[in-house]
Amino acid sequence: MKKILAFFLLCLLFIPLAGCGGDDKNTLYFLNFKPEVASVYTEIAKKYKEETGVTLRVVTAASGTYEQTLKSEISKSDAPVLFQLNGVIGYSAWKDYCADLSDTEIYQHLSDPSLAIRSGEGVYGIPAVVEGYGILYNKAITDRYFALQNRSTSFSSMDEINSFEKLSALVKDMTAHKSDLGIKGVFAATSLKSGEDWRWHTHLANLPVYYEFEEKNIDITTDDLSEIAFSHNREFKQIFDLYLNNSTTEPRLLGSKQVADSMAEFALEQCAMVQNGNWAWSQIADVTGNKVKAENIRFLPLYIGEDGEEKQGLCIGTENYFAINRKASAEKQKLAADFLNWLYTSASGKDFVTNKLNFIAPYDTFAEGETPSDPLGKQVYEWMNKEDVYTVPWTFSIFPSQSFKDDFGAALLQYAQGTRTWEDVVRTVITRWKEEST
Amino acid sequence: MQRNVRKYVWLFLLPTLIAFLISFLIPFLAGIYLSFTEFTTVTDATWVGLQNYVRAFTEDRDFLNAFWFTLKFTIVSVLSVNLLAFILAFLLTKGLRGTNFFRTVFFVPNLIGGIVLGYIWQLIINGILSGMGVDLTYSATYGFWGLVVLMNWQMIGYMMIIYVAGLQNIPTEMQEVAAIDGAGGLQTLRHVTLPLLMPSITICTFLTLTNSFKMFDQNLALTAGAPGKETQMLALDIYNTFYGSIGQEGVGQAKAVIFFLLVAAFALIQLRVTKSREADL
Repeated sequence: MKKILAFFLLCLLFIPLAGCGGDDKNTLYFLNFKPEVASVYTEIAKKYKEETGVTLRVVTAASGTYEQTLKSEISKSDAPVLFQLNGVIGYSAWKDYCADLSDTEIYQHLSDPSLAIRSGEGVYGIPAVVEGYGILYNKAITDRYFALQNRSTSFSSMDEINSFEKLSALVKDMTAHKSDLGIKGVFAATSLKSGEDWRWHTHLANLPVYYEFEEKNIDITTDDLSEIAFSHNREFKQIFDLYLNNSTTEPRLLGSKQVADSMAEFALEQCAMVQNGNWAWSQIADVTGNKVKAENIRFLPLYIGEDGEEKQGLCIGTENYFAINRKASAEKQKLAADFLNWLYTSASGKDFVTNKLNFIAPYDTFAEGETPSDPLGKQVYEWMNKEDVYTVPWTFSIFPSQSFKDDFGAALLQYAQGTRTWEDVVRTVITRWKEEST
Repeated sequence: MQRNVRKYVWLFLLPTLIAFLISFLIPFLAGIYLSFTEFTTVTDATWVGLQNYVRAFTEDRDFLNAFWFTLKFTIVSVLSVNLLAFILAFLLTKGLRGTNFFRTVFFVPNLIGGIVLGYIWQLIINGILSGMGVDLTYSATYGFWGLVVLMNWQMIGYMMIIYVAGLQNIPTEMQEVAAIDGAGGLQTLRHVTLPLLMPSITICTFLTLTNSFKMFDQNLALTAGAPGKETQMLALDIYNTFYGSIGQEGVGQAKAVIFFLLVAAFALIQLRVTKSREADL
């Protein structure tokens, strides 16, 4: 009896060692960045196995934990071969692991090579998707406003709104009539809970930083970005104030509001506008009791009061790039490149991309009609192809670190609550940028 | 027989030793080594000497602020948890009706995970504060007391059980003798019960001290440092340094080593102080 027990215990010891095996030549390990599409990748893996016989092993990091997961996964012997970068900053952290993709077939299909992450002659990250954001408005509510007899603005449709000045006049007058319009406030809650504040410290802050760089003629791929002056902070402040003062929620209660709260308010027609991007469609559509109609959701560019912004379009870019692990074996790297190629060029892969992942894919293999079917994705596509507007790139991909963004968001919350002045916010941005850039 | 045992002792110890090595000693030593290096992944590090330790203190004041906040929190919660747990234990050993029921009720919060508790209390506290038109992120004072309440709610039950066991171990004769000698309730408590309860007090203060110092999940869920980083405790600061900034992994690791030394030092001092007061029967 004791012998059996001893043997059993001995066996137990070796279980963990045995568990480490299973590294198959035909398996591709992909570490996915977007939890919301994790289930789609499972379907893709199934289809891919059917068509090519290669097993795609997809591991998805929980929301907001991609960097940590990647850090621990990539140091394993069975490391991810295909992984994702969030942009130039992500690349700078992982450059030792990024293989040069300039010879891959999929890179040749990229419609605009400037979308890729490049360094010197090499290409180290290729975009998975392009996305766009701006101010979403509910046309049903704005139309109700334009039908009001006693409104004090002269606008008669949203097409006339093409600058901050006009937007501000419209919003203020809508706030004055909010009971007539049946809304709690014009803008949804400015969600400033920590971790939920990216719409402001990243997306909104993109514009003043973009205009500052434009003004100084800074090229973000080559020039020194270790300091900013935040010279367009007045413009940032005026739109941020507009959000705060015409909102559904008292500014002092914003510290516990989440993005989902804001999107729910928009879906339930408690507000007329919300700043977000095309990815928010599923969030709006999934709200129970959803009142807003798909055809009524429209995009308005984020006007913050810059000169010439009448021609400004949406902010379009990506923070979702594919990279291939340079330290993986050549065969594995080939598998990864083949998979990307399959995903963006084969019929079944493209079907997943447009209809399941709802990606606007920046590759020339996608024909005119092959765009996402959701209303917001469609509109981003339209805005991208408008002749006379310029799109604002996602300059925020060079924001120095998550820590910088968190501190910026916290400062914005304290400004909203009235415990810190705007000068404090500006100072935080400038000093934290410098500190985190070293 | 004796010889045989001696010969095979290593073999029998081996599984435990291997487990100890793999899950404790190697990570611990690797952690100390990494604190002297710059690295992105743990397998690929370059030596930089003491630079990380210098950076932990000079680059920003977050670590020091977190230290003071943690210290304040620890002092308040060690006192409050132990006091309340003792009072409860004292009441629940008096043979009141429903004693067992109440013991269970007070113990249950300990079984709920810190993250869940953090979010639940966040809802409760925000609900109360919304009456004043603010929320938990408005002021560090709210966050501080929120954390204290949370810690108390979670730890009291567990400490209470230890105190109950301690109180039940005190022979009733001692109390009877004290009563016959004319000691009042308070005098008995101070001169008989408390000295004999010192071993329990040692354990309880040790557990509350180290747990308060190392608190992470409750902090993350309840305030996540808001407003700003004013309610950020040491463990959360280390986590944010390690994962929140690029190229700061080594600094985070250095902070973690300092953190270990701090916790060890505080715990040892506390053990020495309380142990010296333990009385023998």
